[in-house]
Amino acid sequence: MSEIIMLEVLRYHPETDSAPYFQRYTVPYQDDWVVLDALNHIKDHLDATLSYRWSCHMAVCGSCGMMINGEPKLSCHTFLRDYRGAVIRVEPLDHFPIERDLVIVMDSFMDKLSSVKPWLIPKQDKPPSAGEYLQSPAELGVFHQYTQCINCLLCYAACPQCGLNEDFVGPAALALAHRYNLDSRDGGKDARAEVVASNEGIWECTFVGACSEVCPKHVDPAAAIQQTKISASVDWLKDLLTPGGHR
Amino acid sequence: MDVIETDIAIVGAGGAGLRAAIAVAESDPSLSIALISKVYPMRSHTVAAEGGAAGVIKGNDSLDNHFNDTVSGGDWLCDQDAVELFVNTAPVELLQLEHWGCPWSREANGTVAVRPFGGMKIERTWYAADKTGFHILHTLFQTSLKYPSIRRFDEYYSTDLIVEDGRCTGVVAIEMRSGRMVAFRAKAVVIATGGAGRIFPFTTNGAIKTGDGMAMAYRAGVPLKDMEFMQYHPTGLPGTGILITEGSRGEGGILVNKDGYRYLQDYNLGPPDPWPRKKAMELGPRDRLSQAFWHEQQKGRTIKTPHGDVVHLDIRQLGEKMINERLPMVRELALAYVGVDPVHAMIPVRPVVHYTMGGIHTDIDAATPLPGLFAAGECACVSINGANRLGSNSLAEIVVFGARAGRGAAAFAKANSSKANPKPASAGAAAEAAQARLRELFEREGGGDSVSSLRKAMNDTMESGAGIYRTEQTLQETCGILADLRARYRKMPLQDRSNVFNTDLIQALELGCMLDVASAMAQSALQRKESRGSHQRLEYPDRDDANYLKHSMANYRGDAAPSISYRDVVITRSQPAERVYGGAAT
Repeated sequence: MSEIIMLEVLRYHPETDSAPYFQRYTVPYQDDWVVLDALNHIKDHLDATLSYRWSCHMAVCGSCGMMINGEPKLSCHTFLRDYRGAVIRVEPLDHFPIERDLVIVMDSFMDKLSSVKPWLIPKQDKPPSAGEYLQSPAELGVFHQYTQCINCLLCYAACPQCGLNEDFVGPAALALAHRYNLDSRDGGKDARAEVVASNEGIWECTFVGACSEVCPKHVDPAAAIQQTKISASVDWLKDLLTPGGHR
Repeated sequence: MDVIETDIAIVGAGGAGLRAAIAVAESDPSLSIALISKVYPMRSHTVAAEGGAAGVIKGNDSLDNHFNDTVSGGDWLCDQDAVELFVNTAPVELLQLEHWGCPWSREANGTVAVRPFGGMKIERTWYAADKTGFHILHTLFQTSLKYPSIRRFDEYYSTDLIVEDGRCTGVVAIEMRSGRMVAFRAKAVVIATGGAGRIFPFTTNGAIKTGDGMAMAYRAGVPLKDMEFMQYHPTGLPGTGILITEGSRGEGGILVNKDGYRYLQDYNLGPPDPWPRKKAMELGPRDRLSQAFWHEQQKGRTIKTPHGDVVHLDIRQLGEKMINERLPMVRELALAYVGVDPVHAMIPVRPVVHYTMGGIHTDIDAATPLPGLFAAGECACVSINGANRLGSNSLAEIVVFGARAGRGAAAFAKANSSKANPKPASAGAAAEAAQARLRELFEREGGGDSVSSLRKAMNDTMESGAGIYRTEQTLQETCGILADLRARYRKMPLQDRSNVFNTDLIQALELGCMLDVASAMAQSALQRKESRGSHQRLEYPDRDDANYLKHSMANYRGDAAPSISYRDVVITRSQPAERVYGGAAT
């Protein structure tokens, strides 16, 4: 008999269920399958009512973040072979309300993302016809890792502070603000500071560093937040020490 | 039914849809915009584009070069007025992305860097490492957040266009989190929903690329143009179909068969040296490379694997530093999904369905024949890609024609504002009919076919009958099977009849779109009795300009197969000639 593997999947339907429960499915084991392949097998062959988000199957669209045996993971990048012989427990991402089954409600994240003004606020404006802003490879290197975020929300599920305070702006949004602040073309740091340096912003972070550990794209939000804290403190001191500099 | 009033409704929030929305917002901040997408914008499949975006920017290049490469690359099926406009505008739009913060890779002097790409005479492909689409999408999405007039409707699945008195006046959509239907009443509508690669079983395309917008327009009477032209990308990972960018060959990677032989030299693409060399060998166009693989397979010179035959892509000669700097995602993807570190070993690859060259017929202003309806990006066919798209033209296309669609829709809305929304308080008869169709789907009884069984049958027949090489017999067979599947689809019951985030429902609706679009592809292919670009007929191996230097126009006829009519190609200054690659290429 060919090998099988057991998935234990959280189910919740707000129209019919008073509370979430787990449902077990047995799927064929394939050495090169990821957890998403197993979920698609369930959807196509065992239970068409199971709901989850996915699209690219190559770890770049950020749709398929889930808790897999308690850890936040991209299900398209988590291989069955790493769980061979065990039951794989699949749940929606922690720290978000459940919309249905493995689908979370992510409105709060979308609001936080736009609150940090994640767009270029040019230091000096010029029309595209005037050509590109020059930026050396070294200047690009300063912020490059912070451009890699795919908004998969694994860091929000990993961050203990996100679990304690739902208003915390959170790792991905703060790292993205830092990305623009560090861009040699940008002059918008002060405009972003209102949210970034607020009580719900960088100061809410207790530097556990879980965000950076779980990031599938090797972004280091913890470092972004610490750098922003230092920079904000320096700005505050400068303001304090500069005559007439109080805002 | 709830009604939402808006000036412009945009369906699809990938690169083209976002660019359209920003263009509307910038052209007139007083116009309200509803940006409707079945996924959050950053999930759109633009995200997966890797290698780059073409636009003339360096002193050693010219707009004429880009024009000629594109027209010959498309086997002269491109509309040359559209290509002219495209090559002229691409640099402006790519610079605009730079001004919005796109992290383009740079030369030492701080200017944007460019890399060679297949079928391009000069290196002109702007890139952001090998995640160019990802960076373009996120740059556009983040930039879109600063315009208050753009109101997003994330995870709304559009089912139907509203057409009244010969004019498009909105779109009907399902709010996925509640299941309720909403009528967006608009003065103009833009479709930017991407391609339809999911019609085929082995594709680089994400799950969302199911041709929804194409089907909506087609059912509303807009022809689908040149649908027989489906691009196979020569280098996908076996099993998953994950794309390995052409940029890896642009940087110097080579393709070898089971004997370690650079087989492309046997297919009018050689000689192999000097290498790298533009428009030759591994930098030939995608149609020729995918066809060469097919021939190698016939000759038994490919490598057998459990996921089909492969050849090897070898980028070891680039070295670890260059691979990490320019092709980091290629390394990550190969390591994760086939267990190969390309720094030390060759990557197994095979041709994979990648891009829908055909699409919703538009003119060079991105306007469809249906007044008030515009389309841009992969879902559209403005005819810059002809019979074979050159790699890196489509990322430029989404911004060039996305912006144009947005401006066109804005102008149309303003010019026709007084005539719009005749019954603004109600959804209107067209929307009510759409809701009735959905209700009928929910009420269907019985067992029988499921989404996954019909979808698999469609996938299988498209691969066996309408793949890289096609024949009269295989296409006839595929057309017959598709007709049967469409009939069975009309009786297929849902397995999930609930309201909240019902993905069984969404997949059922997507399947309906794919079946309609697939029949347009297969019929167009059956009736084009020549070989041109990506459309290769074994019994008609030559291009036939006398009869087929024309666009195929597939017209929807309900339950019957589409009728195919033809439309002249716009030729301005490049007369059809032989496509030449390899040593003789100019």
